[in-house]
Amino acid sequence: MPAESTALLQLHDVEVDFDGFKALSGLSFRINQGEVRFLIGPNGAGKTTAVDVITGLTKPTAGYVTFAGEKITGTSEFDIVKMGIGRTFQNPTVFDDLTVVENVDLAASFRMGLRKMFRRRKGITPEVAEALELIGMTDMAERPAGELSHGQRQWLEIGMLLAQDPRLLLLDEPVAGMSKPERQRTGELLHEIAKTRTVLVVEHDMEFLRQFASVVTVMHEGSVLCEGDVATVQADPTVQEVYLGRSRVAAEDEATTTAPA
Amino acid sequence: MTTFLSQLIAGISIGSLLLLIALGLTFTFGQMNVINMAHGEFIAAGAYTTYVLQTSVFAAGATGLAFVVSLPVAFLIAGSLGLLLEATLIKRLYGRPLDTLLVTWGVSLLLQQLYRDLFGAPNVQVKAPSWLEGGLELGSVTISYSRLFIVVLVILALIAVWYFASRTIHGTRMRAVVQNRGLAEASGIASAPVDRTTFFIGSGLAGIAGVGITLLGSVGPTLGTSYIIDAFLVVVCGGLGQLRGAVIAAFVLGLLNSFLELWTDASLAKVILFALIITFLQFRPQGLAVQKTRAFA
Amino acid sequence: MSLTAVQSKRPPLMVGRDLARGRMGFLVSGLCLLFLAPALLTDFRLDLLAKFVCFAIVAIGVDIAWGYGGMLVLGQGVFFGLGGYAMAMHLKLAEAKEMGQAVPDFMSWSGVEKLPAIWGPFQHGWVAVLGSLLVPMVIAFLLGSLVFRRRVRGAYFAILTQALAAAFVILLIGQQGLTGGTNGLTNITSFFGMDLTDPSSTTTLYTIAVVALGVAYLLARQLVHSRYGRLLIAVRDGEDRVRFLGYDPATVKTIAFTFSAGLAGVAGALFVPIVGIISPAMLGIVPSIEMVIWVALGGRATLVGAVAGALVVNYAKTGLSEKFPDLWTYFQGLLFILVIAFIPAGVAGGIKVARKRLREAADEKRERASAAAGYGETRFE
Repeated sequence: MPAESTALLQLHDVEVDFDGFKALSGLSFRINQGEVRFLIGPNGAGKTTAVDVITGLTKPTAGYVTFAGEKITGTSEFDIVKMGIGRTFQNPTVFDDLTVVENVDLAASFRMGLRKMFRRRKGITPEVAEALELIGMTDMAERPAGELSHGQRQWLEIGMLLAQDPRLLLLDEPVAGMSKPERQRTGELLHEIAKTRTVLVVEHDMEFLRQFASVVTVMHEGSVLCEGDVATVQADPTVQEVYLGRSRVAAEDEATTTAPA
Repeated sequence: MTTFLSQLIAGISIGSLLLLIALGLTFTFGQMNVINMAHGEFIAAGAYTTYVLQTSVFAAGATGLAFVVSLPVAFLIAGSLGLLLEATLIKRLYGRPLDTLLVTWGVSLLLQQLYRDLFGAPNVQVKAPSWLEGGLELGSVTISYSRLFIVVLVILALIAVWYFASRTIHGTRMRAVVQNRGLAEASGIASAPVDRTTFFIGSGLAGIAGVGITLLGSVGPTLGTSYIIDAFLVVVCGGLGQLRGAVIAAFVLGLLNSFLELWTDASLAKVILFALIITFLQFRPQGLAVQKTRAFA
Repeated sequence: MSLTAVQSKRPPLMVGRDLARGRMGFLVSGLCLLFLAPALLTDFRLDLLAKFVCFAIVAIGVDIAWGYGGMLVLGQGVFFGLGGYAMAMHLKLAEAKEMGQAVPDFMSWSGVEKLPAIWGPFQHGWVAVLGSLLVPMVIAFLLGSLVFRRRVRGAYFAILTQALAAAFVILLIGQQGLTGGTNGLTNITSFFGMDLTDPSSTTTLYTIAVVALGVAYLLARQLVHSRYGRLLIAVRDGEDRVRFLGYDPATVKTIAFTFSAGLAGVAGALFVPIVGIISPAMLGIVPSIEMVIWVALGGRATLVGAVAGALVVNYAKTGLSEKFPDLWTYFQGLLFILVIAFIPAGVAGGIKVARKRLREAADEKRERASAAAGYGETRFE
């Protein structure tokens, strides 16, 4: 899958210190163009903080991040978006008072320039229509986002991310709270997206991982623990130790939960 | 040299007054993220309490006694007003800080009108106790005992607040709720009573400030509005209801106010002060004291 | 493709109907204000209505900044006052010139012989007109740029604007020789050649005010329905999220804030010839909050609500406060508290919500009926 071996995104010894608590410590990894990388690890490992650092939300206390060779640490969040990095959040934040199409259109319009934005939107642009189609919300375009279910909101967020047309997509726990068929659908969507872009997915769910991941980076206590394909990572003894409790509990949960939502 | 000294003293005096007023505000704003625009009226309630005690309750000569008694009474009355406000309105508006601001401003309007109806529109005079008359002579500069008393009052209030916050179980609960409401609740701390206590204390402190203010001038229905903005500016500069920050901010603002008035006139001084605050916020938008968290901005 | 049950499409006819209704409403009320009112009302009442119309212009600005933009401005009076003083300064100078004086009357009473430098440019009418629009906008732009970029927002921002209003009032009062002090600039009797003591001037000024209101409303509406308007709402509801969509919220907010200041300035400029006076009492903390009250009661995030709020509240105030002055304060305060606490969308907002619920109930009924009749999806042509 990866076309070139040029690193699109690289973290260089990133450290984040919150008033004494080290969320990230010497975190270094790279993602190549065209890859689909899964970033996993137990709660508190620093996965979301890593995404926060990449997207400019959190400033590292040491280290830096490069994107396509350029240092992006210190740039504001919106400039980072303009460079081609987009993200979703653990709790989907869409704008309840705007309709679905307005949400997606907003995401697609940031390159437009202020003067054009003072005009009214005329219909649906092709990029927005495509994004709506991909997330399956074309017929819900005029509904206020506030009326959507949790799963639909997550998808709307993904739709907004797609409409931004980023080079690198960062998805933070995109299937949290979704039912099995919804997860399947999301995984397929991911596959579809990954054909033309680079994707980093932060996830917890081992089942989702097994189905859709190829290369996995495991984080633990703020740095990389292990990296490789799913089989290698699962066989690694340190990973097993860190995850032992979790996978057993997760397996128990899987057995007792019924699927559809 | 003498002018410098007297301005310095004036600055410290203003600062201590600001701090006294802002102390209660820091509580409610810092602990609950609630902007209580009626805080000024709670101050006025304290001031009017002294007035009422002096004129209606105690004998004509017992100004000193009335004054001393009015301190705890004002605390209770203002505190109860705050409690009432919290229970009826603030609690409903949790998570809507701007609406809370507006609603409490409405309450402030109502209270001001109430004071007008109860005590009359013109200002009333409260007599300072005889043992606070006169001043301390330091060479050519005189510091009035009233102003000294206010400084002492502030220090005592600070100590009391510090003791409450760090040494009592209520204070610990309060700090827990401030730092992480969800976790505190999950740990078995009911946050509603803690909020009520916080509001009670914050408003009570306003009442005490009101008593102190009676030493400085007459009392009228608009007493609150004259001080409320300065109090809020102290809180804004001090940073998110941090006590440390409020203390520093109060004295810095007080000193700046006093020295600016010396060099320009009173009106220009206010404008310059405002400009300075904006400039300060440019470099430190979160105020003087800050807590670093993983919070989403 | 979606995973939930298919919902019936909202009949396109209805959307068209809403739009048509909106345009009709604007036309009808515009005509009423423009022609009916002057014909039916006495000069005195028309004058009052003209004053209210100025306030309605301010309300639109406050609504854009607060209702749509989430910026609670508690010092909007400053911009209103800047516009008012700019206009008043010119009018006083024109008057003085007419009478062969070098300085306006209040200055000679204060012993000022020579015209202060800052008054100089206002000898020209166009300076006043442009100034009343641009000076508030420039100040708002500067303040916004400085403050929003540092992420000062919400309550902090509100208090800062309030402090600004307080400082501005203190400045005006303190510089008596320059600004007329507490009394302000009074006794304004002519407006670009028009004699304000002549009763016919009322209709002219009223018409100008109504036209200005119409323009302000249309501009605001365009703003709201444009992509920028959607962005503004997004910034209001999720400023931090908007950053991750590639926008700088500071810029977005500064624009809305500047726009609102411009409207307030124009309103202030129109206010002066209508009322004949501008003083610090009209632009301090209390009047500034009243401007917010109009919008809060009428309905934030609905332009019609803001206008209606301004008109109705001021009408009620004039009516009630004269008969029952104390009662008015209690009434206003109580109403304000109740609306904000329990009907935060205001009257117009509440109506919108009610209509939406009725519409949804009707939709549901229709769906159930057609489902019972055996059709999977209802369709409308």
